[in-house]
Amino acid sequence: MTQNLEKLPKGSFERITVDANQAERISKPSMSFWQDAWLRLRKNKGAIFSIILFTLIVIMSFVGPMISPYEPNAQTITHANLPPKIPVIENLGILDGHGNLGGKDVDIYDMKNVEVNYWFGTDGLGRDMFSRLWKGTQVSLFIAFVAAAIDMLIGVIYGGVSGYFGGRIDDFMQRIVEILTGIPNLVVVILFILIMDPGIVAIIIALTITGWTGMSRVVRGQVLKYKSQEFVLASRTLGASDSRIIWKHLMPNVLGIVIINTMFTIPSAIFFEAFLSFIGLGLQAPDASLGTLINDGYKLLQFQPHILAFPAILLSLIMISFNLIGDGLRDALDPKMKD
Amino acid sequence: MKKILQVKDLELSFNTFNGEVKAIRGVNFDLYKGETLAIVGESGSGKSVTTKSIMRLLPEQSAVFKNGEILFDGRDLTKLSDKEMQKIRGKDISMIFQDPMTSLNPTMPIGRQITEPILKHQKISKSEAKKVAIDLLRLVGMPKPELRMKQYPHQFSGGQRQRIVIAISLACNPQILIADEPTTALDVTIQAQILELMKDLQKKIDTSIIFITHDLGVVANVADRVAVMYGGKIVEIGTVDEIFYNPQHPYTWGLLSSMPSLDTAESKLYAIPGTPPDLLAPPKGDAFALRSEYALQIDMEQNPPFFKVSDTHQAATWLLHPDAPRVEPPLSVIERMKKFPGSRYYEGGAV
Amino acid sequence: MARYIGKRLIYMVITLALIATFTFFLMKILPGSPIASASKLSPEQRAVVEARYGLNEPLPVQYFDYMFGLLKGDLGISINQFKGANVTDLILSRMGPSAQIGFQGMILGTIIGVLLGMVAALRQNTWIDYSSTLIAIIGISIPSFVFATLLQYWLGVKLEWFPVALWKDGFMSSVLPSIALAMFPLATAARFIRTEMIEVLSSDYITLAKAKGSSGFEVAFKHAFRNALIPLVTVLGPMAVGILTGSLVVEQVFAIPGIGEQFVKSIMVNDFSIIMGTTIFFSVFLIVVILIVDILYGIIDPRIRLSGGKN
Repeated sequence: MTQNLEKLPKGSFERITVDANQAERISKPSMSFWQDAWLRLRKNKGAIFSIILFTLIVIMSFVGPMISPYEPNAQTITHANLPPKIPVIENLGILDGHGNLGGKDVDIYDMKNVEVNYWFGTDGLGRDMFSRLWKGTQVSLFIAFVAAAIDMLIGVIYGGVSGYFGGRIDDFMQRIVEILTGIPNLVVVILFILIMDPGIVAIIIALTITGWTGMSRVVRGQVLKYKSQEFVLASRTLGASDSRIIWKHLMPNVLGIVIINTMFTIPSAIFFEAFLSFIGLGLQAPDASLGTLINDGYKLLQFQPHILAFPAILLSLIMISFNLIGDGLRDALDPKMKD
Repeated sequence: MKKILQVKDLELSFNTFNGEVKAIRGVNFDLYKGETLAIVGESGSGKSVTTKSIMRLLPEQSAVFKNGEILFDGRDLTKLSDKEMQKIRGKDISMIFQDPMTSLNPTMPIGRQITEPILKHQKISKSEAKKVAIDLLRLVGMPKPELRMKQYPHQFSGGQRQRIVIAISLACNPQILIADEPTTALDVTIQAQILELMKDLQKKIDTSIIFITHDLGVVANVADRVAVMYGGKIVEIGTVDEIFYNPQHPYTWGLLSSMPSLDTAESKLYAIPGTPPDLLAPPKGDAFALRSEYALQIDMEQNPPFFKVSDTHQAATWLLHPDAPRVEPPLSVIERMKKFPGSRYYEGGAV
Repeated sequence: MARYIGKRLIYMVITLALIATFTFFLMKILPGSPIASASKLSPEQRAVVEARYGLNEPLPVQYFDYMFGLLKGDLGISINQFKGANVTDLILSRMGPSAQIGFQGMILGTIIGVLLGMVAALRQNTWIDYSSTLIAIIGISIPSFVFATLLQYWLGVKLEWFPVALWKDGFMSSVLPSIALAMFPLATAARFIRTEMIEVLSSDYITLAKAKGSSGFEVAFKHAFRNALIPLVTVLGPMAVGILTGSLVVEQVFAIPGIGEQFVKSIMVNDFSIIMGTTIFFSVFLIVVILIVDILYGIIDPRIRLSGGKN
């Protein structure tokens, strides 16, 4: 394996001094945990696409009712049961205001002498589905976000206290959680809705009354795990106070999992709201949410499929995008999946 | 002595998100029948990757052979099909892993885990395989092997589990046994038992062993020959005495100086400065030069070839070039060299 | 193990007692009378009706009567919908269809989900993996009532492959509702198995199995599959909850004479005793399922089985 020793240029064998620090060069730029997580999230096309889609949906839920010339709850009986009609797109032969009447394909707008366009059609009371749809989205998202925020707040505090103080406090608090989680969520939600006046508040309370237990368990688990780790012990030996340990050492570590968990509570709250509306326990007319719109549409499916189609598609899109965002965040924030 | 395995100019890269990591950058060594070759080096030096590439156990999507060959039995292992490779794994070449706590299937009785390679590679009945397995367990020093066959891994201690893994690896009398840091995860007392067991077994079944470790104490105990790896290359290879008592490469000097011993107890322990090279962008020239106090101008430009020290001893450092200046190794290394006949500091006596 | 089961049983009884108590008093403070036609009755007539159903007794007496009834499996009597019928009998008579579609949906969903998850993990980062992940995401995201409606509309109304809103044709009638219910367990199982499989496949004992010369197929099925499948038991509980929730709407959509359909109808007409009875029935069902699942986990996983046995 020894090669021929060809002549090497003079000075090749001068001794040199290498600065030891040069060997310690850090070859990768140093990044904080969050920068790193963001980089990983950015690589996840599904999650990024979902974030954009979801942002658009949120914007539309506010802008939609405004750009539509009709109020969400305004009834124009003469304009009842109109199929969708959108200018420009109607030239493609879809969403052109045509519908099936008595087995024949006719332009319903012409028949009823309607001069204006309803982009997503109207329902049986002549209400504009476009503005109702976005108004309903607004309500559904509001319910989901508030419910998720309350779950998070109670869950983090409860779980944090239980895990951090441990001992008898933890024991007692966990017994309560154990019994609460034993009660099926579905049962609690239905019972609570029954005794309260139906409406947004009732749904939010019903969703959060046991919903927070999941979050509290996760937070407690994380706090238990981290509080016994060396960096916390080290900080304690250096005389750090409880609040410093909680805010500076535990919170940043628990935050990731709290965010991930919340990302999965939101779609489940959206689902439950829609579910309750579907079985008749949701918002009462004339208020609309995605769930009530789907319920209305379901009843008219055979004759007016568009009334079901738009809210169902939107609900599914919101659910899919939230699940993808949640998945993406989990992969980005979970150090176990790193590299 | 018969060469049983030849690794020639092996180059292997991992394709990662960040780019191509050149994990092995031209590795050459031969393995002789019945010997124990130790591969030492710090983490990331490529020692584990080298052996996993012999077994072809690296993830095929990301690990790519770039160059070179691995010759076993006249065949190049880098070019075999998966089917052919499966016939070699566990039969001709077998492997022991670092962590016995995780290397056994938790939901399968250990008896079945031992008989699995036997049934796979040999044409014998289940009951015969069971007998072989019981004999193997007895061979590796497991008391009451008949009773323990039906037990699950979690019912054994770490040391016992490593004995079971060894039993599995010996099930088909392999020609080569690769032990990837087999004692690192064990307590010191258990380490000694496992090392003794391996030495003992090697005498009995005459297999060649490639022993990967970063623990020089273990090397001195088990190895016939030693290969020192750094930055994806072998930088020095020789018999255990040559490496320990007549080392030539500054990295080997550093390794030996950083090994605590009773003689050096009162003096400060040596630490090699700096960190291993980033194999995403390996440095030009000698990868160790940046951390070496013996660096030469040429180290920055050209990769050193192997220089022959003796028939069995080679080192890749420009310091061995006839034109190179004479440098003084660290004191503790000179102390060692004084005992080695043939070294320039030899003062008589024997190792 | 025995001690663990004992502890769990005690918790179960406490939880159920709480649920029953809670439900009972909730129904009592509910606005409106349990007697639907109350407003039309004269005070005398009303007193007669109330006496017939024991509603004139003091609250504690009613409570204890109810709780003792529960111990005997008696969930009270229906007042509004089915005059004087026994709620336990009403629920039991509705169990058949619910159990059939629930069971079929669970089995179908779990099997397909496990297969999808396995294939996705074995072909990680290929189009197979991506499509399986997509199916799982859609399955988790699309609510069962939307999915049920879609199935009904396309396969029932448009293509006429399956009967629509009829529980007459035996198995054929149960196909669509079962598929609708299967989506949730399918998605859950697929996601769960994929993650587990990937983790198991990167473990040391899989590398050792390969080092023994096992083929990819043997490694996947003899070593990895079992280890990935065992933890699936832990999500059977949530899956059962999903099936139950789904059944409330799916039975509605397909007009299946099951417990869920009866429950929703009772909510509409304020039939308190059926609501209470079904609530308690659901709670018992879910709590028992979760208990069985936990015990089952201890039995299949040798690590837990044996360490539990020593205690």
